[in-house]
Amino acid sequence: MIKLEVKNSSKYFEKNNNVFCALKSTDMAITEGKFVSIIGPSGCGKSTLFNIIAGLLKPSTGQVLLDGKNIIGESGRVGYMLQKDLLLPWRSILDNVILGLEIRGTSKKEARKRALPMLKKYGLNGFENHFPSELSGGMKQRAALLRTLLYDQDVILLDEPFGALDAQTRLLMQSWLLKIWGDFKKTILFVTHDIDEAIYLSDEIYIFSHRPGCIKDHVTVNLSRPRNEATFTDSLFLNLKQKLLASLAEEQEQTMRS
Amino acid sequence: MEGNTEKIILSQSTFSSQVEDEKSEKEKIVVEDESHAVRVRKIIIAGQIIAGIMIIVLWEGLSRIGWLDSYYWSRPSIIVRTGWMAVSTGTLLEDTFYTAGATIIGFILGTLAGSMIGLSFWWSTIYARITEPYLVAFNAVPKLALAPVLVIMFGIGFESKAILAFLMTVIVAALAACSGVNSVDRDLEKMLFSLGAKKRHVFTKVVIPSAIPWMVSSLKINIALALAGTIVGEFISSRQGIGRMILYAGQIMDLNLVWVGVVVLSVLSIVMYLGTLWLEKWLLKNRKY
Ligand SMILES: Nc1ncnc2c1ncn2[C@@H]1O[C@H](COP(=O)(O)OP(=O)(O)OP(=O)(O)O)[C@@H](O)[C@H]1O
Ligand SMILES: [Mg+2]
Repeated sequence: MIKLEVKNSSKYFEKNNNVFCALKSTDMAITEGKFVSIIGPSGCGKSTLFNIIAGLLKPSTGQVLLDGKNIIGESGRVGYMLQKDLLLPWRSILDNVILGLEIRGTSKKEARKRALPMLKKYGLNGFENHFPSELSGGMKQRAALLRTLLYDQDVILLDEPFGALDAQTRLLMQSWLLKIWGDFKKTILFVTHDIDEAIYLSDEIYIFSHRPGCIKDHVTVNLSRPRNEATFTDSLFLNLKQKLLASLAEEQEQTMRS
Repeated sequence: MEGNTEKIILSQSTFSSQVEDEKSEKEKIVVEDESHAVRVRKIIIAGQIIAGIMIIVLWEGLSRIGWLDSYYWSRPSIIVRTGWMAVSTGTLLEDTFYTAGATIIGFILGTLAGSMIGLSFWWSTIYARITEPYLVAFNAVPKLALAPVLVIMFGIGFESKAILAFLMTVIVAALAACSGVNSVDRDLEKMLFSLGAKKRHVFTKVVIPSAIPWMVSSLKINIALALAGTIVGEFISSRQGIGRMILYAGQIMDLNLVWVGVVVLSVLSIVMYLGTLWLEKWLLKNRKY
């Protein structure tokens, strides 16, 4: 079943009296429960697309359908984790994680009661009363992701959640994310620069072209689940990686030239 | 190849020696705690008290041996005696409460009103852009120069002093809150909106807590400005207050009484400053909305 549909969406910005296109007629159809990645060169409009889906920006043309209903300009209909962790520095981790529930009108006490077992289960045990400045980068990303999860929407957008982490932590976080995805059965849209990451995590991958961003390629990842370290050396994995590398290299080149 | 193995052996040996080091260090383990900081703070406070006592002793001594003309500079012992007289037979206590009251009321109302003005700028950029230059311009007006007008408008009573204290603080507080609002991280706002927040949620959960450090930083300046406003108000025309007492004492050339007024004002401003510090700490600790 199609959960989320992006139809012919584009976005134009005006800068110094020049209109320029950040996103060009994009079409996507995301099946319920899938893990879908988006890769593309820097500045091709990936975050712009997410802002449109999340209702923070209105597209210049086109539609975004959630369960068949148009959600243009309606924020709060999907979970969205922005490119930075954006934890409130004056709140403890627990109080950061319950932010979405609080906005919905759940009492603080009730929200904390619901969030605490999640923190314990998903690797933040003992940190609930710490402040964000006392946490490592990986921990902060976990907290930000749990905040998005606890907001409890069917579709979750993750914009480069592991971009700033070192390779080791990244691997841990990827397995952690797969576990959470398995537990919660969400539909996930995931932006990354890392081809390995995209293949390892996803069911499908969209490749965006150089600016103005539009979909250049769409591949299905047929690797079996559950995935583990062995996945990285699977011949299917390597073939796909090669294909994606070649495809992305063309775009990267264009970015460099422009 | 050979070099490689050597390196490995070498690193192994340094590793084992490191482990030994750790073992021997375990016995004399040093835990970073607060006792050192507490000790330093005690030394600082003791030093401050000693320095204060030395200034007083020096003042008293130099005045007694005639190096300081006690007619102009008075003398701690005389000031205490004159002060005691002013308390027991005069109205020094009432005057002190009068000045402190006008200052604190003006300060609180000015800070609250100013903060609300500054925070309101978050709601509408257009309104903020229109208002801001006037705020800056009004800040540049020497408000003390308006004192005669205010005294004529609001009378020579308590109100005109409190209003002067209010005017001294309100713009500074508004500008501080305004800077706080401008410093709010747009991405934090965006994040909240993505969680389905309305503007009022963003205001209470992000804008106010972000702006509090800015507003708090203006408190210390403002309490001093409020006191200055009150005193000038009392200088212009008043029946009560430390400012009036100083003016009166000057007119009858009772310089000892002037000194009493100055000392009382100093103590008052120190006490209010400490109160502000406490308020500052409390506000920063309790901004977990
Ligand atoms: N609000 C805005 N106003 C004007 N231009 C914008 C705005 N938001 C984004 N852009 C421009 O749109 C283009 C696409 O930006 P976007 O952030 O979507 O890229 P991205 O693919 O997420 O890049 P990265 O991988 O570096 O995060 C950029 O050139 C950016 O400068
Ligand atoms: Mg981006």
